[in-house]
Amino acid sequence: MRAVFLTLWLGVLMGASAAAAEQVRIPGGTYQPFYALKKKQPVAVASFALDVYPVSNQDFLRFVSQHSQWQRGQVKPIFADRQYLQHWPGPLQIAPQQAKQPVNHVSWFAAQAYCQAQGKKLPSQDQWEFAAQASETKADASQDAHFRQRILDWYARPTQLATVGSTYRNIYGVYDLHGLLWEWVHDFNTVMVTGESREDSSLDRSLFCAGGAVDGADPANYAAYMRYAFRSSLKGNYTLKTLGFRCAKEIKS
Amino acid sequence: MKKNKSHFKKLFPKLFLINLMAFSLTACPAPKESAADTTAEHFAKQLPEIQGEEQAVLTHAPQVPPAITRKHATKVTVKMDVIEQEGELSEGVRYTFWTFGGKVPGQFIRVREGDLVEFHLRNHPNNKMPHNIDLHAVTGPGGGASASFTAPGQETVFSFRALNPGLYVYHCATAPVGIHIANGMYGLILVEPKAGLPPVDQELYIMQGEFYTQGAYGKPGLQPFSMEKALAEKPDYVVFNGAVGALTGDKALTAKVGERLRLYVGNGGPNLISSFHAIGEIFDNVRHEGGTLVNHNVQTTLIPAGGASVAEFKVETSGSLVLVDHSIFRAFNKGALGMIKVSGEENKAVFSGQQEAKVYLPEGSARQTMPQEKAPTSTAAKTLEDRIARGSIIYKQNCAACHQPDGAGVKGAFPPLAKSDYLNNNLKQSIHAVANGLEGPIVVNGESYNSVMPKLQLSDQEVAYVLTYLLNSWENKGGEVTPEMVKQERE
Repeated sequence: MRAVFLTLWLGVLMGASAAAAEQVRIPGGTYQPFYALKKKQPVAVASFALDVYPVSNQDFLRFVSQHSQWQRGQVKPIFADRQYLQHWPGPLQIAPQQAKQPVNHVSWFAAQAYCQAQGKKLPSQDQWEFAAQASETKADASQDAHFRQRILDWYARPTQLATVGSTYRNIYGVYDLHGLLWEWVHDFNTVMVTGESREDSSLDRSLFCAGGAVDGADPANYAAYMRYAFRSSLKGNYTLKTLGFRCAKEIKS
Repeated sequence: MKKNKSHFKKLFPKLFLINLMAFSLTACPAPKESAADTTAEHFAKQLPEIQGEEQAVLTHAPQVPPAITRKHATKVTVKMDVIEQEGELSEGVRYTFWTFGGKVPGQFIRVREGDLVEFHLRNHPNNKMPHNIDLHAVTGPGGGASASFTAPGQETVFSFRALNPGLYVYHCATAPVGIHIANGMYGLILVEPKAGLPPVDQELYIMQGEFYTQGAYGKPGLQPFSMEKALAEKPDYVVFNGAVGALTGDKALTAKVGERLRLYVGNGGPNLISSFHAIGEIFDNVRHEGGTLVNHNVQTTLIPAGGASVAEFKVETSGSLVLVDHSIFRAFNKGALGMIKVSGEENKAVFSGQQEAKVYLPEGSARQTMPQEKAPTSTAAKTLEDRIARGSIIYKQNCAACHQPDGAGVKGAFPPLAKSDYLNNNLKQSIHAVANGLEGPIVVNGESYNSVMPKLQLSDQEVAYVLTYLLNSWENKGGEVTPEMVKQERE
């Protein structure tokens, strides 16, 4: 009884942090990735846990306060470029309105370090895509024209950063997978959309560990195509205004 | 010289391969390195020497950077920003354009044959998408596409030699290529031949492209891209310079009589081929497909998607020239229309203007009869008010189109019926005119008219009604016309 009370009290103290770190279980299954390794070969995704919200500036501030090597000005250039956390007023300071906004201007390395500090990791591309194909009502909305169009519409709009949890909650209870900002995934550059995208279908696939030149399983799924193209343009130390992250965790069966 | 160049073009991919090999594992069997060196050196020797450097002047359409006067090759630095931003596609219609330099089409780049171009592509941090550039003027993989693949907030640099003179399209080639081009990512680069281009008085930059919106043509608000329409190649908008009306009204292009004009015309597509035509002009010279072949006396030049054309002509007389895609519904229903307003003196030796306008009478009869499907039947109106009311309806049906609903007429074409001296001073001639039609010069309220009023198929009764209506309208003198009076005037 006392322990429960203590936990609750601690939870209140932790406030938004506890909420942000909240995860839900994504029951495993298979999905058809946008890139076709072989013709329409579905990929199995094991059950995993995923953060309900993208990591906020407030969450990330707490992290860098405790891990000085990830503070702006301290971080090694190979781990984060010059734009790293440049939107914060100071290395350990955020503007009040930024607290609930998703953290952006973070590199892959910093995101991964954040997740590791919590005993988690960045979701794999398959995990992220699997969770993100769910709409409010369907686990697989990838063929839902309305859902696709909504994603495309967001891609087409110039960026205006809103707060975490302000878009939609999917059937698993996860917020903001589309419509807020791009998110890092662990293996962001394993599917190759090269700069010369038009040659991708003739790339020597054995050159790449994912074996995946993009050869769209569904060429009409422009939304997914754009996501893969976006990830392919990244390097691990890049920090973008439109790119944040959330963490995942394996579930041991 | 020419022979040499084509030789090098063939060698280029080989060079690239050899380069690649040089960086590959040392365990690989060594290629004929000496041969490779010879080729590279040989190639380098043939290229013009680079003297000095300069920053490229970039212009937004319809402006074109100034002609290049230097007589040597130089290093030209081009810095281009990619900006995703909302803008106006048509009045009240918004669209999120992806642009090279902030506008559609992208900025015009002008270099000289042999120049070394150092290209900086800067993807604005606010953008969501990675972008790149494929310049058709580039000899090399992807036209620079892979070398310029740039994430938001990043800048990439690559260099190329402008080997071939001509007018070339550039565009974004990031996946999905179609959507990047459909959102407006295209522009033109001119590689001036070494000898330069003949001087003209004005150079203009025009680029066609089509837009695929969720809403139909003219539907207001922010219109998202429609994948469905793009795949079906059925755009609602086909426009010059990025918007409906970008080259009309206040934004119409201008020229003076006697000027020589050169239009650099590109077609960004993404899908349609343009049948570019200037209504009221004949292109004296067309650099076909933007290349070296010059054709003369061209009415309509075909511009492929991802292609360009250079059209030159001298403006001989004043008036408006209308630029269209002669796939004509695109021009008048989807926006592919621009204007060049030519000021100066009319050149009557070239074009007279209208010399005469008269009714064509196949039967040879003096006056025209307007056919009516069936003869009107009606019972007589009892009171003057009723008769005026009947007359009013007949007027609206038969007369108002020319003489106007308020009887004011159209100066110089259709005489006024309001406060009309012709009507008030000589009623008989007015009855005669309505009953029999009228042809030839008359003077109404001090204005001369020389035209034709057709004979209308109206009964005596109806002619009486309509004239009674006229007499009692618009400050005319009042009174009444009877069917008997009309009968007397009938021929």
